[in-house]
Amino acid sequence: MHPLLTRNRLGLYLLGWIPLAAIVVLLMSAGGNLTWLESALIVVPLCVLYAFICLSAWYTAKSLPIRGESALRLIGVHTLAAALVSYFWMGLGWVLVAFLGKTSAFQGLDRRFAPQAPILFGAGYLLYSLAVASHYVILSLEASRQAEARMMEVNILARDAELKALKAQINPHFLFNSLNSISALTSIDSSRAREMCVLLGDFLRLTLGLGEKTAVRFSEELDLLEKYMAIEKVRFGDRLRMQETIQEDSKTCLLPPLLLQPLVENAVKHGIASLPEGGEIRLAAERQNGRLAIVVENSWDPEAPPRRSGGRGLENVQRRLEARYGKDASLRVNTEGELFQVSLSLPAESGESA
Amino acid sequence: MSHSPDKRWKALIVDDEELARHVIREFLESHPEIAVAAECANGMEALKAVAEHKPNLIFLDVQMPKLTGFDVLELIGTDVPVIFVTAYDQYAMRAFDVHAVDYLLKPIGRERFDAAVERAKGRLGEKMPSAQELAAAARPPQQFLERLVVKDGTRVTLIPVAKLDYAEAQDDYVALATQGKKHLKQQTIAGLEAGLNPDNFVRIHRSYIVNLERVVRIEPYGKDSRLAILGDGTRLPVSRAGYARLKALLDERK
Repeated sequence: MHPLLTRNRLGLYLLGWIPLAAIVVLLMSAGGNLTWLESALIVVPLCVLYAFICLSAWYTAKSLPIRGESALRLIGVHTLAAALVSYFWMGLGWVLVAFLGKTSAFQGLDRRFAPQAPILFGAGYLLYSLAVASHYVILSLEASRQAEARMMEVNILARDAELKALKAQINPHFLFNSLNSISALTSIDSSRAREMCVLLGDFLRLTLGLGEKTAVRFSEELDLLEKYMAIEKVRFGDRLRMQETIQEDSKTCLLPPLLLQPLVENAVKHGIASLPEGGEIRLAAERQNGRLAIVVENSWDPEAPPRRSGGRGLENVQRRLEARYGKDASLRVNTEGELFQVSLSLPAESGESA
Repeated sequence: MSHSPDKRWKALIVDDEELARHVIREFLESHPEIAVAAECANGMEALKAVAEHKPNLIFLDVQMPKLTGFDVLELIGTDVPVIFVTAYDQYAMRAFDVHAVDYLLKPIGRERFDAAVERAKGRLGEKMPSAQELAAAARPPQQFLERLVVKDGTRVTLIPVAKLDYAEAQDDYVALATQGKKHLKQQTIAGLEAGLNPDNFVRIHRSYIVNLERVVRIEPYGKDSRLAILGDGTRLPVSRAGYARLKALLDERK
């Protein structure tokens, strides 16, 4: 749809043509061959028509985006179009003149018009070129507005995902079970109970702190995971085993905060907790060829009783990746027998957390 | 565990976390009339311990590996007072409230614990509400059974719902047909139907529920009824109302 073909815009556009038409009227009568009135009689209807003809520049401008076409081709095509359109316009002028010339009031108009015709052609050429230029301006304005809207949408999505992630972060189950463990420890081993309180405090503080940032270093996320695992280790004892293979290089990479914590929490909740004998969680990270690859893997019982809120954590991580990286990041889930594996791949960005 | 004559109560503690069991054990120390008969780390152990010790009070964690607390209750029957223990599960909590079942929230407080024990003692001889009803009430809305738990003698079988071919009512039981075998479960067919996803399972007859995936074709049979032919050749009767339900579902799938 042409951007000017709405009621308000078309009115303004036609209004803009009034001074242009006035200039053409002056130019045409300047040579003294045509009177001011004759010039206006010819030019005004022609300009009204031409205003609409010039709208067609939109389509040529649109099919020939300024970036992406060679300048030569661009100029060539538009010059040719301008020449054709203005020649056609001049032809219309001749038709009108011939028509007017038939009336007694404008005897011999065609003879007087002839020397002015090239001026009409030139004016048409310039007007069309002006239309092309204005349409390019409109196009680029539209593109930038669309880009802005898209950016805004991405931002909103990201914020939304972040908020949901944070809300899900402090999992009530985890919190209440940890408190129950502390309650048990107070009479068994009070110093361990205190240790657990400190761990839980650290974990909550880190969660809140990281949640306020937009990007954190992988090493910071690993610190949080360490606290989290230490707490769960108190709950599950020997049932919970952890193995980390973290490449040193990967630790400086930046990633959205609290991206991995839900994955590891899932591994505990749906994996380890579903197995009477427990199991192992393996976390591996590697930076290679500008990509950061992270794998969280755990044993699980495929026939385990369904746990509440299953899958929401994964979905959340996926949405956050999408919001942040678009198609440049991926999350894959692989379940093979008693192994549950989540693989993330995202662009390896370095820098300070912020 | 000691069995001094004044300990008239035998309790079972079922929780997969050692520390969680410890809290209950510790609280029970101030109830000298209650002896801890056994501690179990999962539902299977609990079933064995129930058979062995015949406890008259069970502390039962809801979230456990293999069998949930609801599964355990379903399998041990409803003669023993059970006090459920859970960290946080809004639907389970509501179900317990509705069915007046005692439950403790982690972290467990001493007062609440004592009150629950006293109430449980007063309830000896009273039956617990049906485990299936309780479990159904504890399921979040729009969530359906994912597996069925069946006990054949001492053996517990877990049947993933996707592997259920059909179910047939037999008096107070339903026969669950899966992979060529049949398992009897004490449940009404209506109760089972309520727990199954209506997009996949249809009540084709007063006595039959079928897994839609298994139906190969429908054949006319007699005046008003039809037969559903399953992939393995099984022929199940389809009533007129059942056919209407089946057809509506199949049309929906197209």
